[in-house]
Amino acid sequence: MRMFKYVLKRIALMFFVLFVITTICFVLIRILPRELPMEKSQQELILARWEALGYNKPLLVQYGIYWKNIITKWDFGTSWYIAYRKPAWDLLVSRLLPTVLLNVYSLIFSVPIGLALGIFAAIKKNKWQDNLISTMIIVFISVPSYVYAFLVQYIFYFKLGWLPLQMYSLADAGNTYFSWKMFHSLIAPVLALSFGEIAYHCRFLRAELTETLTSDYMLLARTKGLTKAQATARHALKNAMVPVLPSIIGSLLAIMGGSLIIEQIFSVPGVGQLFMRAINTFDYDVFMLDCIFYTFIGLAGGIVVDLSYGFIDPRIRMGER
Amino acid sequence: MSAEFQKIDASKFRFVNESERLHDKKFEDKPIGYFKDAWIRFRKSRASVVAAVIILCVVLFSFIAPFCVKSHDQTFMVVTYAKKPPRVAFLRDLGYKTGCTSRSFSARSLMKALSTGVGAEDYTGKEQISFETAMQSDYMPILEITNAVTTIGADKTEVTTYTADIETYLEVGFIYKSIEQSELENILAWEKEHGKHVLYPLVESNEYCMDATDANFWYKSDAKGNPLTYNAKGTKLIKVKEYDPAFVLLDNYKRDADGNPIYYEYTGGGDVDTAQYKIRVLYVNYYEYLYGEEPNYFMGTDAQGRDLMLRLASGIKLSLFIAICVSVVNFMIGAFYGSTEGYYGGWIDLIMERISDILSGIPFIVVASLFQIHLAKKVGPVPSLLFAYFTTGWIGIAALVRTQFYRFKNQEYIMAARTLGAKDRRIIWKHIFPNALGTIITSAALIIPGTINYESMLSYLGIVKLGSSQQTSLGTLLSDAATIWTNYPHLMFFPAMMLSLLMICFNLFGNGLRDAFNPALRGTE
Repeated sequence: MRMFKYVLKRIALMFFVLFVITTICFVLIRILPRELPMEKSQQELILARWEALGYNKPLLVQYGIYWKNIITKWDFGTSWYIAYRKPAWDLLVSRLLPTVLLNVYSLIFSVPIGLALGIFAAIKKNKWQDNLISTMIIVFISVPSYVYAFLVQYIFYFKLGWLPLQMYSLADAGNTYFSWKMFHSLIAPVLALSFGEIAYHCRFLRAELTETLTSDYMLLARTKGLTKAQATARHALKNAMVPVLPSIIGSLLAIMGGSLIIEQIFSVPGVGQLFMRAINTFDYDVFMLDCIFYTFIGLAGGIVVDLSYGFIDPRIRMGER
Repeated sequence: MSAEFQKIDASKFRFVNESERLHDKKFEDKPIGYFKDAWIRFRKSRASVVAAVIILCVVLFSFIAPFCVKSHDQTFMVVTYAKKPPRVAFLRDLGYKTGCTSRSFSARSLMKALSTGVGAEDYTGKEQISFETAMQSDYMPILEITNAVTTIGADKTEVTTYTADIETYLEVGFIYKSIEQSELENILAWEKEHGKHVLYPLVESNEYCMDATDANFWYKSDAKGNPLTYNAKGTKLIKVKEYDPAFVLLDNYKRDADGNPIYYEYTGGGDVDTAQYKIRVLYVNYYEYLYGEEPNYFMGTDAQGRDLMLRLASGIKLSLFIAICVSVVNFMIGAFYGSTEGYYGGWIDLIMERISDILSGIPFIVVASLFQIHLAKKVGPVPSLLFAYFTTGWIGIAALVRTQFYRFKNQEYIMAARTLGAKDRRIIWKHIFPNALGTIITSAALIIPGTINYESMLSYLGIVKLGSSQQTSLGTLLSDAATIWTNYPHLMFFPAMMLSLLMICFNLFGNGLRDAFNPALRGTE
């Protein structure tokens, strides 16, 4: 019961924070001067629509209209430039699949490798293997992902010619995101994304596992007659995963956010690219929705990570100070 | 008390001990304080020390680089030499290939590239210089023909493709210029003084000149640019399709009645000062005449023809300036905010925590974009980027300080201090804060790589536009290179390398600092 209350409290708080941030963003975005497209006939049409939508009313009234539309019609406004008169929400949803696909591939690729390397490094602690992996972790974490993107492009496109330079458009890959051709063109961005991910998971697990490997219960397990491998797998690893798993669960939610820079470099038609285009074309309703979306993902990710501790390890009780 | 003791004359008092001042016994060793202790531990971590040294070197580089180049500064721009790879004059003197790339040529384009070297040697228009002898020339752009592959083309003729190392600065070769009389005199005087030729014979624009605007077509060629030569009888001009090292190009120079080539031509203008002349210059020497030094770019030139090394130095300076500014200011805001909420607790803590909750909930990318859109035009891109960092960057530090204060504020020594009458301010800054300092300094140091990373990401994406003729940042350099780096890898290589180096070193340095201040945290990263 206490746990249920705690979850409710966290979610309520999240929506409160989301509401405040939405308000700030709304004010900051609405007071910006709006630009009209070059075409005369479109200009009049857009001006008329803006008048009808209440864009010329006082800010507070506009804000009321904005929430009313969301609550009654799930209408987050309209895109005027990126996709003329398409609802912003539809635009965002249509951009979700490529982003999610890219990040899921990256996750599938990087989590097992990262965890395996982390376990290996922890077992070989302070030997040359561990030193090598630790050095690589520092390099992989420090160097920004777009530097890898260039490396991947240079090696696999220009030198070897194995992978395409950018992601294929939907029409090129047979009108589906799940074709073999599409997968082939996604390998390069997945690789570029994965270096940092691998290093992150590896470092986390290595740090946790080295700690659990030296605990007293490991000594007890060995005294009971378990082999080192058995003891590591059954006791040390299980305990080490307690903080690692939530972070993986957290990144499951974060995959929807996508990576702005990787999507830009490999021209992935995803959420990150939509954000960039919304800023560059001053498509404010889309920009606004993007802000809400990113904020929501960040906040929800935090809650999911916190809550999953309790589900994974019953020893951690929720809602206690 | 008896009366005689109630008033004692001051002169009757005397010191118990006048010869020697009383002290506690001095320590034999020097005391090791908190920071000294941390320094000793930091020194032991070899990687962090190396990282610190590298950071120092990079910073030194960014300040010293402008003084290494005498002839120009970072605003200096030569469009003719845009996007050229690194060229170092003294390496060239030692016989290394510098400023060159490997490229493949057809026979025709190879001969055109070679002709520049021949033309540079054939100053008088009378020497018979073959490709082979011209290869010895200092002005020959083709440094070495590394490979020649003959294939059968589509129309069943043999086509030979050559691979050669070409010096891209010399490849520019000759260009036409229009100058005034006074400058012409200067050039002639400079030529005499240095014994180098700037002016080269003008070219006849007849049917043997393929392109009258391209000063490199000084030899007789057909409409496609194939060089021409006399046939065996010496009666007719025929085109040459195969590359032959012994081949001698026929010049197409403008000559006077005596057969001497013409080096400048009056094109109009009135008196002595304003008279205009058309000249054909060998650009390398013209460059030396203009700027007093042969082209010397340690990291090549950028897309506009500026010295990449100087741009990089200024980019590092700006990026580090932003990072250090952000680190210092966020350190102060975070320390102040965190200590206030941590020390007072209660409803102050509750309200301040909610505020930082809200601020930390806004994704940084959104904050940065909004600040840029609203403020960039009014206060400039750098201040608005700084404001964006100041808005949310201190939250992590504030949270750290807050936990430290919760840890220390109920300990006995604080109670003792309060009993002795210390004010809140004194307890916060003199008693609790120094205890938390190590942790905070570490996280302030780790803000620096994060800031550099975000700055380069934002300017790479074009959200923040920091580039101008006066300043640039690492991300801007990368972003400028983004679309063209495949043909000019040095544009990407140097900034990316420098950025990666800085990131790695700052992270290592920060980790070393953390281990030094907090040995208990060692290994948990």
